[in-house]
Amino acid sequence: MLEVDDIHSYYDKSHVLEGVSLHVEAGELVTLLGRNGAGKTTTLKSIVGLVPPRQGAVRFEGRVINGQEPFRIARQGVALVPEHRGIFGLLSVEENLKIAARRRSRWQLADIYRLFPRLEERRRNGGNALSGGEQQMLAIARALINDPRILLLDEPTEGLAPVIVDEIVRILKDIRGLGLPVLLVEQNLRVCEQLADRHYVLEQGRVVYHGSAQAFRDDPAIRDRFLALSA
Amino acid sequence: MLNVYLFQILNGLGLGMIYFLISVGLTLIFGLLNFVNFAHGAFFLLGSYLCYTTVTLTGNFWLSLLLAPLAVGLLAWLLERSLIRRIYHLPHTFQILVTLGIALIIQEVSIMLWGPVGKSVPTPELLRGIVRLGHFAYPQYRLFLIGFAALVAVALWLLLERTRFGALVRAGSESTETVSLLGTNIFRLFSITFALGVALAGLAGVLSAPLRGANPFLGPEILGVAFVVVVIGGMGSFGGALAAGLMVGVVQSLMASLWPQGSSLMIYAAMAVVILLRPYGLFGRA
Ligand SMILES: Nc1ncnc2c1ncn2[C@@H]1O[C@H](COP(=O)(O)OP(=O)(O)OP(=O)(O)O)[C@@H](O)[C@H]1O
Ligand SMILES: [Mg+2]
Repeated sequence: MLEVDDIHSYYDKSHVLEGVSLHVEAGELVTLLGRNGAGKTTTLKSIVGLVPPRQGAVRFEGRVINGQEPFRIARQGVALVPEHRGIFGLLSVEENLKIAARRRSRWQLADIYRLFPRLEERRRNGGNALSGGEQQMLAIARALINDPRILLLDEPTEGLAPVIVDEIVRILKDIRGLGLPVLLVEQNLRVCEQLADRHYVLEQGRVVYHGSAQAFRDDPAIRDRFLALSA
Repeated sequence: MLNVYLFQILNGLGLGMIYFLISVGLTLIFGLLNFVNFAHGAFFLLGSYLCYTTVTLTGNFWLSLLLAPLAVGLLAWLLERSLIRRIYHLPHTFQILVTLGIALIIQEVSIMLWGPVGKSVPTPELLRGIVRLGHFAYPQYRLFLIGFAALVAVALWLLLERTRFGALVRAGSESTETVSLLGTNIFRLFSITFALGVALAGLAGVLSAPLRGANPFLGPEILGVAFVVVVIGGMGSFGGALAAGLMVGVVQSLMASLWPQGSSLMIYAAMAVVILLRPYGLFGRA
């Protein structure tokens, strides 16, 4: 479905991704783990075209998408919920949704409000009046209304209270239940283990581990190593 | 005596609406594109000249009210596609150099085409009379100007606040990157916004033509005023452009009868005070 093939990405001269390969298949939820600065965000940005890789390829549903403008990649159904959520503070909740709405999307405004009743209550509020958890829900909702065929999430639970984290986890389970593939970047291992089919671990711009959820759980060495790194 | 002031205030409102139209375009372009357009006054000038030519050829002011802003907007669109979009990422000083160059070219070409001496544009026939309210009499065209510009302001407000296009423009002034992540062709949004902003300057040029004619040196003057209005009102603010445009227009107009030499001084002084007290302008955000 999504295939990242040996990509190298740079910020100016600094070589950040040194050959990252990974893939996400239909209906899968895959996590991308790694300590701060490992290159997780850069990998997502490389996929959506914000940091175009200088080498390697990104294929989505068999088509090469790297090298295209971000808006063209987005139109093909690759949706990124960015690290800081990207909510427009001066737009109302409903405007935030409406600018992303597409006629042929499986999720229309009414579906979104059914999924996120809280957002309907707050639809007239400005984006910057929302709490962190509400902003994260709006960011996910906005990606859904944009008719994604794959969802990339960058640390959706970062900075949220535990109750809210559980709420986000529940939403992500629902999304996975709908068959929408997800690539999830997350620091919170507990969250990852509840959700993921497979894990990748990134270190200094390279994939250093790749395994199924089961294997990851059963392999304390890798877990300790990863936990130690992220502590 | 009171009538004199009323007269000047109404004149000021008309002038202020012209200032609003030109400034709102400038501020719209700055807000979304973070682009400083020093050619904005030259596009105003072009609007006035195109009005002059249309009226001379066809005798029809209303046609020029439609055609001149469209032509100016089209020119802006072409310029954006070919040149302006290449310099969005450059520092403001470079943008100023390039757009100042464009302004000079437009100004010189205007002098070549229309001559160095200003042209006057007759008031449209329909609006040559005066309106009487008791003892008070006021030119019809000036009233029309206030009403028409107010209609344009309302339409523009609805466009920005009530449509998807407007929401995208506002979203884009917060983060163009996030807008593009939602699948919006940000380049097209930029072109349309630039052309729209410049077309408004052209429209302001047309509306002012029956009052002030078309004169090659209007460009720099109006650019100065537009920047004062934008700074006082706050960069990127629609309400700010309206309030500050009207304020500057009324102050200028009142000063014209009280202390004509101090008229320009006054508005620049007002701008300095605003910058000192509220660096982001009356309606601006940090
Ligand atoms: N805009 C940028 N310009 C230059 N270097 C950057 C930029 N963004 C990130 N980097 C560098 O690239 C490397 C990878 O950063 P990236 O943001 O991808 O890491 P990450 O795994 O997402 O980390 P975190 O867990 O902190 O979000 C880091 O060394 C970082 O300093
Ligand atoms: Mg990151």
